[in-house]
Amino acid sequence: MKIYNIKLVALSAIIAFMAFSCSDNDQMDIQKEEEVYKKGNPFQAIYLQEDQMGRPAVNTVFVSSTSKDMFNTTIPSEQNSLFQSMFQTNLMALSPAYANPEDTNALGLDAATFTGLLATDVLNVSLDGVTTFFDGTNVLTGRALTDDVITVELILIFGGETGLTNPEYPTLSNDNVDANDKAFLGDFPYLASPW
Amino acid sequence: MKKMNQIFGISLLFAAGLFIIAADHIDAPEVAGGASDITDFYVFQAKNTDNMVFVANLQGLLSPGATANASFDENVMIEFNIDTNGDNIEDLVIQAIRKDDKMNVIGPVAPSQTGLISTLEASNFGNDVSKVEITPYGSQAIINTSSDGMSIFAGPRDDPFFMDFAQYSAIISGNATGFNNPGADTFAGTNVLSVVVEVPKSMIGGTGTINTWVESKRKQ
Repeated sequence: MKIYNIKLVALSAIIAFMAFSCSDNDQMDIQKEEEVYKKGNPFQAIYLQEDQMGRPAVNTVFVSSTSKDMFNTTIPSEQNSLFQSMFQTNLMALSPAYANPEDTNALGLDAATFTGLLATDVLNVSLDGVTTFFDGTNVLTGRALTDDVITVELILIFGGETGLTNPEYPTLSNDNVDANDKAFLGDFPYLASPW
Repeated sequence: MKKMNQIFGISLLFAAGLFIIAADHIDAPEVAGGASDITDFYVFQAKNTDNMVFVANLQGLLSPGATANASFDENVMIEFNIDTNGDNIEDLVIQAIRKDDKMNVIGPVAPSQTGLISTLEASNFGNDVSKVEITPYGSQAIINTSSDGMSIFAGPRDDPFFMDFAQYSAIISGNATGFNNPGADTFAGTNVLSVVVEVPKSMIGGTGTINTWVESKRKQ
């Protein structure tokens, strides 16, 4: 770090001097060298965000095609104000279970409240016990490998008020794939070996 | 992206302007199918209930034949973000980045700045950075457990995600009216590149609720 700073100061001085007497090409060479030096050292470089994810399937389901990259580069604390109304529009276009103003899902959330929860795309995790997306009792306390997150989301999107027991659109409320194709491990690293 | 096109046909991807591509697999054009494409994110209590486990999966839909040649990009940092005080701004980060044949893990540490731009929160790949050899395809999982109680793994794994994505696509595009029973797991037999970090709860707030998300960030 210190050596690098000295080098930068020296480079700046050289560039300032060269600006008088030398051609643009020389200056460009020096700047190029500086950039190469920065690029080569991972500890001097900056890293710019490209993708992010909190809860499963949120960007893919609720964000319109043209806004997906923008959603991936919006910090979570700003997502609600920028995206909640888009989420609500897309939810209501996707599911007739929210057609009436009084409609809610199995969690008792109407379209505005549900999308208000989802638009801030972070995974809420409890440090004090069961960690699951939803296990019939605990809601949004983490995400376990065995959680059938897609069916949970389908129930909340298409199931209506009684989605858990008697969904409004039953053939849309469960994809009938309930488990992974390989058993998970009991110990670290927990994920199954590759195929 | 290419793989998905071959499997399902490109038209399905854009049906109705609203589509699911699994949990987060190739979710947006900028990252689709590349080394920075996050496919999935899991956080759960470890077998040792004093610990939590963070899982980031990247580069989904790898066939067994393509898995040996898939690799983590040295220019892509994988960053687990942890908000401990409920404002959805990260208070702690765990950073993972490949250098040669090892995955380097930094943190949990308070980041020097929050948001879209990050630097590595270490001065070099020295002793304050946890390292694990990236498990080659076909080898037993290589695990590094450090004296502070963290365990790390990096390498190919079976994609833990399951869903009848093909049928969902058919529904969204108007070619089907509902799911089949039984459904077919579109992700059966495919692999991802995984980073798994187990960390003592005491290092990430100890008790209560945290908000978490994972990011990929590319060296500029």
